[in-house]
Order: sequence, then structure tokens, then C-alpha cells
Amino acid sequence: MMRFAWLQFRNQAAVVFGGLAVVAVILAITGPHLVHLYDTTVATCAAHGNCSTATSVFLKNDHTLQILFDALVVVVPGIIGVFWGAPLVARELESGTFRLVWTQSVTRTRWIVLKLGVVGLASIVAAGLLGLMVTWWSSPMDRANASMYTAFDQRDLVPLGYAAFAFVLGVLCGVLIRRTLPAMGTTLVAFVATRLLVNHFVLPKLIAPTQRSFALNGVTVQGFGQMNGGPFTLFPANPNIPNAWFYSTQFVDRAGHPLSTQVLTSACPLLESGPGPSAPAGGGVESAVPAPGAGSALHDCIAKLAATYHEVVAFQPASRYWSFQWCELAIYLGVAVVLAGTCIWWVRRRLS
Amino acid sequence: MTAVMETAGLGKQYGKRWALHDCSLAIPEGKVVGLVGPNGAGKTTLLQLAAGLLTPTAGTIEVLGGHPGSGPEQLGRVGFVAQDTPAYSRMSVSQHLRMGALLNSHWDDELAFRRIEALDIDPRQRAGSLSGGQRAQLALTLAIAKRPEVLLLDEPVASLDPLARREFLQVLMEVVAEHGVSVVLSSHLVADLERVCDYLVVLVASHIQVADDVAELLATHHRISGPRRDSRSLPADQHVIEESHTDRQTTLLIRTEQPILDPAWTTRPVTLEDIVLAYMGQARDQERARKSGLGVLR
Amino acid sequence: MIEFQLDSTSGVATYLQLVQQVHQALQLGLLEPGDQLPTAQQVVGKLAINPNTVLKAYRDLEREGLARARPGQGTFIVGTLPRTDPATQARFLESMAKWLRSARAAGLGTDDIEAIYRTAVRNCFAEGVA
Repeated sequence: MMRFAWLQFRNQAAVVFGGLAVVAVILAITGPHLVHLYDTTVATCAAHGNCSTATSVFLKNDHTLQILFDALVVVVPGIIGVFWGAPLVARELESGTFRLVWTQSVTRTRWIVLKLGVVGLASIVAAGLLGLMVTWWSSPMDRANASMYTAFDQRDLVPLGYAAFAFVLGVLCGVLIRRTLPAMGTTLVAFVATRLLVNHFVLPKLIAPTQRSFALNGVTVQGFGQMNGGPFTLFPANPNIPNAWFYSTQFVDRAGHPLSTQVLTSACPLLESGPGPSAPAGGGVESAVPAPGAGSALHDCIAKLAATYHEVVAFQPASRYWSFQWCELAIYLGVAVVLAGTCIWWVRRRLS
Repeated sequence: MTAVMETAGLGKQYGKRWALHDCSLAIPEGKVVGLVGPNGAGKTTLLQLAAGLLTPTAGTIEVLGGHPGSGPEQLGRVGFVAQDTPAYSRMSVSQHLRMGALLNSHWDDELAFRRIEALDIDPRQRAGSLSGGQRAQLALTLAIAKRPEVLLLDEPVASLDPLARREFLQVLMEVVAEHGVSVVLSSHLVADLERVCDYLVVLVASHIQVADDVAELLATHHRISGPRRDSRSLPADQHVIEESHTDRQTTLLIRTEQPILDPAWTTRPVTLEDIVLAYMGQARDQERARKSGLGVLR
Repeated sequence: MIEFQLDSTSGVATYLQLVQQVHQALQLGLLEPGDQLPTAQQVVGKLAINPNTVLKAYRDLEREGLARARPGQGTFIVGTLPRTDPATQARFLESMAKWLRSARAAGLGTDDIEAIYRTAVRNCFAEGVA
């Protein structure tokens, strides 16, 4: 049965693994050059004292390729779910060939288990390989960026978890819907929805963030003003913690109460009346640059408030990166196993 | 005598509808069984239950003494050719045979390729480009080469032209002669099966109407006609299957084990088709009577 | 070796048609003792009929002492049937033709004549059995 599953799958496998080989060649050609550039510019920038320039110049290299490969890693699991997963059983049900294959001397339990196994393994290998290749290729950029959580879902282990989940999800949609095209569409929608939900509601809550306090000063206060017509306030700046994933930054007093507009205006009346900074640009991005003249007022204000207020930052440090990787991988693989079990049960019991 | 298929109170329900109801059968081994009935009578359901593709809602079914679809051994003993003979359209004929070899432990590769060659089918051809007759032959070859003890065929010739139909049945009968395999094949036309089967099951409206040896059926059924009279006045051993009356004459199709002694009757032999049509008509009348009976109760 | 044909409209049981064709072949001298009959597989491969039908016909022929199955070889003709004398055949054909002409002159159609013939045959042979 294993060999038959392979016989039916090998053409599809050839397409995807052929594509992977092409990607591998491109990465192998361009990758070493990036490593060399990094070693000669960013790695030695501290000695020349021009790190920000060196970094931004370095990051311009192969920028398009970077975007392309990152997108590929995000998209490939979905493609696997839609084109490998959904038709796997749906096409058999649609064309009636299940009546042919289920009446050979192989029980349908064994059939579905091996189908899921062979194609599922190929899905994991394909997405895993792609993820690891892109991780390797991007490593100089990622080090220069010092923002490892930004590309979290395109690096290391999690892509293979997405692929395993997407594949089994596709198979299950096919088993339940029994028609190829609707199953493919449903798979895509369900996969994207799951990824978004997990990203926004599950992943941030996996580990409680670390809290750290910083004194109120010219570095932690980025500026002041109103954002999107909100209350008049001071804007906190993210502290310089490399590779951290920031949840929130705010100014609070010793009791933990956040800095209110009333406190601010009574402590620093000059700020509001003075020629404050222009409203933050870009539709509410926290970037209010103190206008000249307001500088001294802000400085006085900070000095006044610093006695009672400090900045509290909630974040995930770089050290937890691998915990998050393993956790998310475990979640997706776990769900994939549950869905696979449902598939097998359904094929055994409900399709008869 | 072992039964090729034995069912007791077998039923299969889809939603609220019974596709097969209270079906009790014992088909002896070594027969070519014709399963005849109008479309939607439950033939496909019965065959798929026997092949293990479906599980019964009620009752039991045993094929060759085993539970259908219960394991590789049981699956290997039963060859199944599904209605419209599905095949993987993008796989070649030889890949289908390869599938048979990989998925069946008793696969006879030599037999399979010999059959395909005899049928003049190019093994490299994709199944999707085969004619209906060729695809049916491929499906039959796959079912035969796994060397089953019983072949189940669901309307194998319904979609074939007369020539392909004849060729298919020729091959099927050769296999029966060569390997002594039991066969159950369904059709909504008794004419398709008349020459090939020696056992007949008539299935109408999800019920078994009659199941018996063809020779027995032909020997015990007679069409008699004579002066008009009430069919209830017949001897107790004569069962009326079909009756029609004119103002002068009565014509009956009866089943009886005994000779017909009444000289008033002119007796004529009946064909298998006459018998099947009579039973189908009987089932229809019973159904009507049942429905109108219900109407009265309401 | 003889080749069987089937007339599916005759109403005669298939195995009986096979038996009758062997009888005719023996009567006409087309088959002689020692001749082999086609195997069941050959017959069903051509006529698409149930092999049991062929075997039943051959069993009937064996019972009549006309054929015998040799294990592993096939079924062979061992008996003979008296050939019908051609002169006798011609004589009866002539008298039948005369009878038919008079029946037609009396206004009987084909159907009437066949009905009479069938009844006569049935009565005649029923007498013989009884």
C-alpha cells in the first residue's frame, strides 16, 4: 500500500520538490555572498562606530529576494493543504474510484493511514526543508535586524507544523465535503483563519511576558501629544532590548496607576499650551518628535514626573524564542494529529 | 453447501429512506447469480454491502462465511466491479495493473496482462482515454486477477453498446468456466442476464421478491389461459403471480410444483423475462395496495 | 468440431438447443464417434452463456450414451444416431406440402396452420409418452 500511495503521489511530489530544488539553488548561490557582506560590514561596525549606517546599507542587499522567500515560507503550507490535502480523499469520493481502491485487499483504515502518512510526511519535509533553507539564508539579515520575533512564523521549526496542520485540515475538509473544489476553498479559508486566530489570540498568551521598569528620562519618553484624537499624553519609547517582542509600554506611578491626562496637564501646563509637536504622522504611529522650543518644556516636565512615574515594559525576551517555536509547533502538530484521527474515524465509520 | 452470500433481516437506511429492507437470502456457491430489479430497487446497496463498502443499518450479511470488508483476507476473496467501472483517469492501464499487484496478495500478473493483451488494449494508454467497454474490461480484469472466490458486478453492462456487452459477458463466462468463481451481477434488464445466469434474485422496492435457481423458476412457472374465472378458485398449490381478465378469458402466470391437471387451461411455457416482469408487477401492485390501505386508515 | 449457434427467440432452453444441435449434427453425419466437442470455455467464450448450461447439455448427451467426458481432455462423441433416410425425408416433405396447399386453399393462414401443427405434435407425442 505504501508503494501504491507513492505511485499515485510521485508526480505531485516531483513538482513541489523540483520547485524546492530551484529555491535551494538560488539560496546557495546568493547566501554565501550575504554572509561575507555581513562579516565584512555589520560584524565589524562597532570598530568603525558606524553601526546604524552599516546595518541599513547591508539590509538593502537582496531585499526583494528576502521578501519573496519569506512569502514563500508563509504560503507553501497553505498550498500543500489546498493542493495535496483537500483532493486526497475528495477526488476519490468524487470520481467513484474509492469503490475501486477500497475493494482491493487493503482495508480502508490502512489505506487512509498510509495515504495520510506518506503525503503528510512529504508535506512536513517540504515545508520543513524550505523553512530551514530560508532560515539559513536569512540569518545574516536576521542578526542585523535584531528582531527575531518579526519573522517568527517564517523561520526554524514552525513552518513544518503549519504544513502538517494544513495538509490534514485539507484531507479532513475533503472527507467531510466530498467534493474537490469546495474542499480546496474551505481548506484555504480555514487555514488562514486558524493562523490569524492563533497568531493574535493564542501565541501571545502562551507565556506571561516579562515586566521591566525604566526611569523616566529623555530616552524613554519619545514625545507628547494626542494620537488619533485621543487624550493628551506622553509617548513612551521601546527600550533598546535586542530581539525582544514588545507587548506594551506605559508610564505608571508606584501604585501602578497609569499617567493620566489630568496629572500630566497639572504637572506640565506649559506642554499643552506650548507649540507642541505636530500630530504623530502616519495615521497614529507613535512618533512624535518634540518640536524645537518645546524641548525645554518637555525636559522640565520629565524631571517633575520622574520622581513618581516610571516606564513599565511588558515583553518577551529573545531567550524565549525557542520556547515559542516549540510551543507553536506542538500546538499545530497536536491539532494535526487530532484532525488525522477524525479523518481516519470518518473514513472507517461514516463513509459506509 | 456453503453460501456465497447469506443475509438475514439485512437493511440499509439512508436518512429516512430504506434502500434495502428486511432482506434474507442464501445464495449457493458456484452459481452465476442475476440480481434483477428496476433502478433504485436496492441492487447497488446490496452489492456494496456484500463488498464491504457499506455497513448494514439492520440485520447481518456474510459473504463466503466472512464479514464483508473485515480484513485483507476477506477483501481478497471478493472481487468487485462498481457501477460505471471507475478508474483513475490519469493512470495508465499498466499502472492500474501495478496497483492490483501492490494491493493484492494473490494477484495473478500473468493473467492480468494476458487479458489486457487479448482485449487489444495498449497498456500505456491512460484509463481516461479508454472507451466505456475497454474501461469495463479493465475493471473486470482487475477484479479477476486478484483471484477472488466470488465476483460482484454492479450493472457492468448497463452503459455498454451491444457488442461491448456481448464481449464483456463472453470474458466473464470464460472466467467462470476457467476458475469456477461464483458471480453475482446486477442489471435492470433481465435480457442482459438471461443467457448467463443460473440463479435469479428479483429485487423490487428494496424487498426481495423471489430468489431461486433459473431452471427451477422455469420449471415451476406457467402461463395458463382459459375461460374467465376467479383466480381464488385455483388449487392451493398454485400461486398466482400475475393475472389479467377479459370478459371471456382469464390469463394467469402461476407458480406451482405440481402438474396442472385442469383441462380447461391451455398451458404455455414462460421465459425468464416473463417471470421477472410478473414479479415486478406483483411488487408494484402490493406497494399500491399498501399505500391505498394506509390512505384508508388515515 | 462443431460450432454451436443460439436462437434466443425460439423459447427453447439454451442447454436443449445445444443438445439438439449435436443430435442434428449426428443425424447429418457432421459428427462421428471420436470427434471432440468444444470445451465449455470455448462455447461460453463465443456465446456468452453460463458454463453450467454447456455442462448440463454435455451431461444430457452422456446420459443418452452419445458423448463421454475424458478427464483432462474434453468431451468426445462415442455414440451414433440413426441417420434419417433422405428418401424418407423427401417423401414426408412432399406429403406435408400437399397438406399445406389444401389447408391454404381452405382459407387457413400461417398462424392457423402453425397452431394446428403444434397441437398435433403435442397430442401425438403426449400419446406416445402416456
